[in-house]
Amino acid sequence: MPAATRYLGKPLKRKEDPRLIQGLAHYVDDLVLPGMHHVAILRSPYAHAQIRSVDVSKAQAAPGVVLVLTGADVRGSIGSIPCAAQIPDMKAAPRPVLAHERVRFVGEGVAVVVATDRYAARDALDLIEVEYEPLTPVVDPEKAIEKGSTVLHEGHKDNVAYHWELEGGDLKAAFKKADKVIKQRMVNQRLIPTAMETRGVVADYKPGERQLTVWSSTQIPHLLRTQVAAMLDVPEHSVRVITPEVGGGFGSKLNIYAEEALAGYLAIRLGKPVKWIETRRENFQGTIHGRDQIDTVEVAFKNDGTILGLRIHVIADLGAYYQLLTPLIPTLTGLMASGCYKIPAIRTEITGVLTNKMSTDAYRGAGRPEATYLVERTVDLVAAELKKDPAEVRRKNFPKLSDFPYATPTGVIYDSANYPGSLDLALKLSGYKKLRQEQAKARKQGRCVGIGLSTYVEICAMGPSSAMPAGGWESATVRIEPSGMVNILTGASPHGQGQETSFAQLGAEILGLEPGDVNVIHGDTAIVPYGIGTFGSRATAVGGTAAYKALMKLRDKLAVLAGFLMGENPGKLVFSDMNIFSKTNPKKSIPFGEVVAAAYTAKRLPPNMEPGLDATTFFEPSNFTFPFGAHVCVVEIDQETGDVKLLKYVAVDDCGNVLNPLLVEGQTHGGIVQAFGQAMLEEAVYDEQGQLITGELTDYAIPRAADLPWMETDRTVTPSPVNPLGVKGAGEAGTIGATPALANAVADALSPFGVRHVDMPFKREKIWKLMQGVRAPLGARQDRVRAPLGARQNNGGRRSK
Amino acid sequence: MIPAQFEYVAPKTLEDALRLVERHGDEAKILAGGHSLLPLMKLRLAQPRYVIDIGRLRGMNYIREENGRIAIGALTTHAEIESSDLLRAKCPLLAETAATIGDIQVRNRGTLGGSLAHADPAADYPAAVLALDVEIIAASTAGTRTVAVGDFFLDMLTTALRPGEILSQVRVAPLAAHTGTAYEKLHQPASGFAIVGVAARITLGKDGTIEDAAIGVTGLGPKAFRAAAVEKELRGKKASDKLFAEASRHAARGVDPLSDLHASADYRREMAAVYTRRALGRAFARAQGKA
Repeated sequence: MPAATRYLGKPLKRKEDPRLIQGLAHYVDDLVLPGMHHVAILRSPYAHAQIRSVDVSKAQAAPGVVLVLTGADVRGSIGSIPCAAQIPDMKAAPRPVLAHERVRFVGEGVAVVVATDRYAARDALDLIEVEYEPLTPVVDPEKAIEKGSTVLHEGHKDNVAYHWELEGGDLKAAFKKADKVIKQRMVNQRLIPTAMETRGVVADYKPGERQLTVWSSTQIPHLLRTQVAAMLDVPEHSVRVITPEVGGGFGSKLNIYAEEALAGYLAIRLGKPVKWIETRRENFQGTIHGRDQIDTVEVAFKNDGTILGLRIHVIADLGAYYQLLTPLIPTLTGLMASGCYKIPAIRTEITGVLTNKMSTDAYRGAGRPEATYLVERTVDLVAAELKKDPAEVRRKNFPKLSDFPYATPTGVIYDSANYPGSLDLALKLSGYKKLRQEQAKARKQGRCVGIGLSTYVEICAMGPSSAMPAGGWESATVRIEPSGMVNILTGASPHGQGQETSFAQLGAEILGLEPGDVNVIHGDTAIVPYGIGTFGSRATAVGGTAAYKALMKLRDKLAVLAGFLMGENPGKLVFSDMNIFSKTNPKKSIPFGEVVAAAYTAKRLPPNMEPGLDATTFFEPSNFTFPFGAHVCVVEIDQETGDVKLLKYVAVDDCGNVLNPLLVEGQTHGGIVQAFGQAMLEEAVYDEQGQLITGELTDYAIPRAADLPWMETDRTVTPSPVNPLGVKGAGEAGTIGATPALANAVADALSPFGVRHVDMPFKREKIWKLMQGVRAPLGARQDRVRAPLGARQNNGGRRSK
Repeated sequence: MIPAQFEYVAPKTLEDALRLVERHGDEAKILAGGHSLLPLMKLRLAQPRYVIDIGRLRGMNYIREENGRIAIGALTTHAEIESSDLLRAKCPLLAETAATIGDIQVRNRGTLGGSLAHADPAADYPAAVLALDVEIIAASTAGTRTVAVGDFFLDMLTTALRPGEILSQVRVAPLAAHTGTAYEKLHQPASGFAIVGVAARITLGKDGTIEDAAIGVTGLGPKAFRAAAVEKELRGKKASDKLFAEASRHAARGVDPLSDLHASADYRREMAAVYTRRALGRAFARAQGKA
């Protein structure tokens, strides 16, 4: 990135916001096509049952109903939901778009109704008669893998989907050398992504042109096009996917869903446009969930705080079937199990388990929040055991600056970092020393105050194609139109990240224009060259680099043309203020528009130069990038109620160079808020029958603005060597870094009560119970305080020597 | 999220509304803001044949003094109650309670009459109106009748309103001298309803003894109730933190607390005591002219 910039790195307000704020944006549900029919889906009320019969005759006869189809009706016409992840020896668990024979989770589609309006479609669902024979639901993943458990899928001998292992370094030696070993079980609970806009699909088929257009609220329009074409067995070039405004994804729309293929099928079959809009209950039951791991960590360490080795076992609840990336997500936990520490030996073992629940898949962070959580909690357990300051234990284990690029025992190479730098800044900004003094004072007054730290690293900018099931590059086309206005077409699919603004800044900077002269187009497969999409904090690092390269190609061409027209050396030109100047003689210039016009009128072009201004790049990154940071927070617990209040939050993040700090800050804030949600409130709860009892927003609590204090954010800047912009990615870091900071603060607050670890979410009653029966414990010695509840959680498997 | 078919009627006068309510009986539901009814209909837990929208009735939205009492029209919104100068001055408990309901959007649409008639066991108003001993006016084609609030809440979602009646007004006495009130609520983090909500009213005698105490509790059981055992412990005694703590232990007496995902019965019972003590403490401070 150039040192002095006009737009790049500046906090420009988002170009997207006026239309969003004024209600002028268009979402899938805003789309109304002539003659459009409406789709409703009958869903299983059972977690596990055999379908004996489905009688649709009454529904079919209801007023307004056009077509009713069952799983048996469509099984030969629509392929099953694709899974791109491949893990050796993984058992197959394909999901049909509508269940036939057997349902395996509450909310699985059983039949579909098409009617002339939404109400008739919904009413007809009540007229479909399904005879179910309930089977034993398999809900608890630990019980699911016990001998004798009911097996979900025919042909499987048990519910283990796969076994995955990754080991690096000499683990045996590490545990032998250790002064101490701690073992801890930690549950990373199941979450519901809860995008504000639920999913929705409109499909329209033009039989004459044989063109199917699918509008979907998705993060991956091109991958969706390929997969829908395959599922429907139609040529890919006859399918167009358009992604209108998307009201949040968080990974939940990084998928191929049954309804997307069903809508396409119905549009083709009926020759009518159809619309399906997901209700919130359907969104909770049938859009992917996140996290859901039971992690057991053993850490070997020396008395000085040096961590020697980690042995991790993950039980990953995958749900009933695989969605696009389901089996892959837990393996990211294994890849990132080193955290931002130099740990000589690590072994991660993952057992993927099939249960009668909705599939888990990528939810903001996707495998890395789980890794960071278990590593950061573990470091705090080590610090607590040694009675050392958690900041000191962290510092002790950071790799040195000279270690970068740093190869972890898990086989990834961290591109660049300065972990002590971000930690120092976070400690300084938070006034950490003073906070500890205040905490000591507060404890003497009987107050229950905790300070939490987290230093994290995450893996993003996904990412080299060798590591990505569908390729990890990104495309961009830049077109300078004859008037001089610029269109950047990106294969990324922004849905809140703000690349319409940051890419315009990039274009304006490179071409010497205003950001208003640069328009960013995305999310239409008929217009934009094939792209991979927006997820894994990749849109700027990979998609932005592609845009940069395409912009540079055109800039070079313009320079040659301008040099030709001006009689100047093309290498000595400067693009600025809508003009192209001579570097040697700043008085000599040519208007940008004149050069563009010359490229199109093509009357005077240098020999061998093609007319027009259009460049496309497919950028393939050489590695992932590894953003990092340090978070500090303070909580206070109301001992009478167990209510945890977050008093202070300081976040120092490093995502390399920054195109627009306002966008990064927005991503950081949002990420911290979602992390707060996991730490304090959120938990998808299935009962023993496999019913999702947090089935609505009245029972599934998500954070509100008033739950959070002012967040102090700052940055350090360690450019990534992986791409020419030096950017890393900022979309998920907040979620990854903040959850363990909050958990560490709560554990710190509860330490005088003899609590070593408590699982999220920190709901009041759970916290309150931990403090019951422990009178006046503050300042008391830990080992003299009776741990009143969850002894297994609190003291499980402690061993010292 | 799509309700079953229903017929929508929007009468312009109370008389028309009462005739419709009488005619359609059990087949009709009254829409008075819709923040409870509409979600139930969308989930098809309620499938009324007729929805009688009384939101357009004129003259049902007011807060005014009448014969030494404050009369509040049934269609007065939570936001209007929250921001009423008259209520803030003479009956602050209602305004304070209204401010804890839902969020701004909910408070702009939801109404006092709608909430009371719905009688959700976790709604906020019931605690306050019980502590305030309000009168509830029920209108029907036969005229109006007055129901003491103590007789109003019968069970979960069930009130003393008879078929054919519409709750038309709530009457409340202005705060007596040396009286303080407070509402303390432990909110359910997802819905914002009360896991436990306690409204307290305390009147002090000249020597600092408690002349009168009224405590309304919501969220704990199937219906809101007066914590009579706590009140009994307080009356005639000298106010102190210790007294409040001891008396508050009886907050859940005689009640079988609800138990759900968000709070077990035991926790609710314990929180009833904590929140009763906190409400009493604040009401007492206010009765003394503090806070």
